Amino acid sequence: MTRHVVATVGEIAPGSSKLVTVKGRDIAIFNVGGSYFAFFDRCPHAGGSLCRGSIVRPADVTEPGTYKLAADRLMLRCPWHGWQFDLHTGEAWCDPTTLKARNYPAMVESGAQLTKGPYVAETFPVSVDHDYVLIEI
Amino acid sequence: MTIDVLERNPKAETRLTVIDCDIHPTMGSLSDLNPWLSKRWQQHIVTYGELVRQGLAKTLSHPRMQPAVSRADAWPPNGGLPGSHLPFMQEQHLDPNGVAFGVLQPLRPNGNSQRNLEFGAALSAALNEWQLEHWTGRDKRLKGSIAVTQEWPEAAIKEIERHAGNPDFIQISLPPRSDEPLGRRRYWPIYRAAVEHGLPIGLHVSGVNGHTSTASGSPSFYIEEHHNNVQSMQGLVTSLVLEGVFEEFPSLEVVLIEGGFGWVPALSWRLDRHWAKMRDEVPHVKRPPSEYIREHIWYTTQPIEEPENPADLIHLFDWIGWDRLLFSTDYPHWDFDDPHTVFKVKLTDAQKRQLFSENAARLYGLG
Repeated sequence: MTRHVVATVGEIAPGSSKLVTVKGRDIAIFNVGGSYFAFFDRCPHAGGSLCRGSIVRPADVTEPGTYKLAADRLMLRCPWHGWQFDLHTGEAWCDPTTLKARNYPAMVESGAQLTKGPYVAETFPVSVDHDYVLIEI
Repeated sequence: MTIDVLERNPKAETRLTVIDCDIHPTMGSLSDLNPWLSKRWQQHIVTYGELVRQGLAKTLSHPRMQPAVSRADAWPPNGGLPGSHLPFMQEQHLDPNGVAFGVLQPLRPNGNSQRNLEFGAALSAALNEWQLEHWTGRDKRLKGSIAVTQEWPEAAIKEIERHAGNPDFIQISLPPRSDEPLGRRRYWPIYRAAVEHGLPIGLHVSGVNGHTSTASGSPSFYIEEHHNNVQSMQGLVTSLVLEGVFEEFPSLEVVLIEGGFGWVPALSWRLDRHWAKMRDEVPHVKRPPSEYIREHIWYTTQPIEEPENPADLIHLFDWIGWDRLLFSTDYPHWDFDDPHTVFKVKLTDAQKRQLFSENAARLYGLG
């Protein structure tokens, strides 16, 4: 597993996403309220670009007509057929045992920390003055 | 636990030649048709609007899964509805997916569902000119469907004759839910014209002609309405066969678009069984119904059936006939099928060629 710098903090506004290519793989990076999430950019159902998907909060339904938005879960919803994947685990809402959106650890590091090592930014110029989003592949 | 992770990159795969038999071009508003509408009908739209037979004329019968029934990523960056901007359609779909030909299925306005027949005929005629001007004239890969007002066959035939022979049009479009079942004799003049001009009849799910999508009333949910398109298709196939349409027009070709295909074997088996016992009621049906179905009807693949065991698709294709299936995407609608992932079962290269392009090329005379 290698860590790759993929964006500066501030480059991806909260609620938006960025498509990056790492090791030839298209990866979608999401900023959800200041936390970052990284997914392989192809939906495991039919190949839709997850980067164009939306982050949604599932509704828990106890009986017809009664529902409550889940406080503890967020899902990534594919822009095509609406398949939903747990933002933290990538598991499919409808078919968790067989379908999973591939996700990668994402984290934030300061430029000062990065230039110190042991991690090296491979292709992304790093300045000590900024914070960066990294993913691990 | 098995985890399937799809990692195929379409750019790296062998390029398929694709004929997409279901692409939806859209317009911003009815006034886009003004260049081809007389002052009378332009004013009619302003004053009266459309009069189709459902509660809310300007929307669909059921709230849809996604805005504009479309993929969330299909909204053109420069504005407008999904499917309204040819350069974006080319960039997002036609070019990357290797579409050699795309068959247009404009769904609105519904000239075929208007109560005012003259208005319906005018809308249909304008919609055909709009296809030529905005789509087939600007991208030679795109082929149009001749919109007609089936409840007024004389006008429909005029419209067919106006465009027959123009290679930009490759089929005649009828709604699966017409005033009466489509096998009824009132529609035969249209089939006669289709046969005379060598044009298949394309039946894309659509039409709000006063009938609900089920025989037992209006469905409650979109998921229910979406599925009941299958019932409409079964009803019209049964009608075409048992009314003797294919005996009268032995070269008639019918394409069912977006109505599924998994039901075809069961319907064929059942009809054959009934026919064996009750054929004296319909002596004009001279052969087992399955034979007419096998010879005269084609099916587009989207939205693809996804059986739990993907290999079951192979049985279905064997039963229906590999030469009867036409690949389609339904772009830009939300239930789009991607050519790279649509068949979740291993197919030979020959089978892929058949499904993705050869069957459509043969039927529509493309290539």
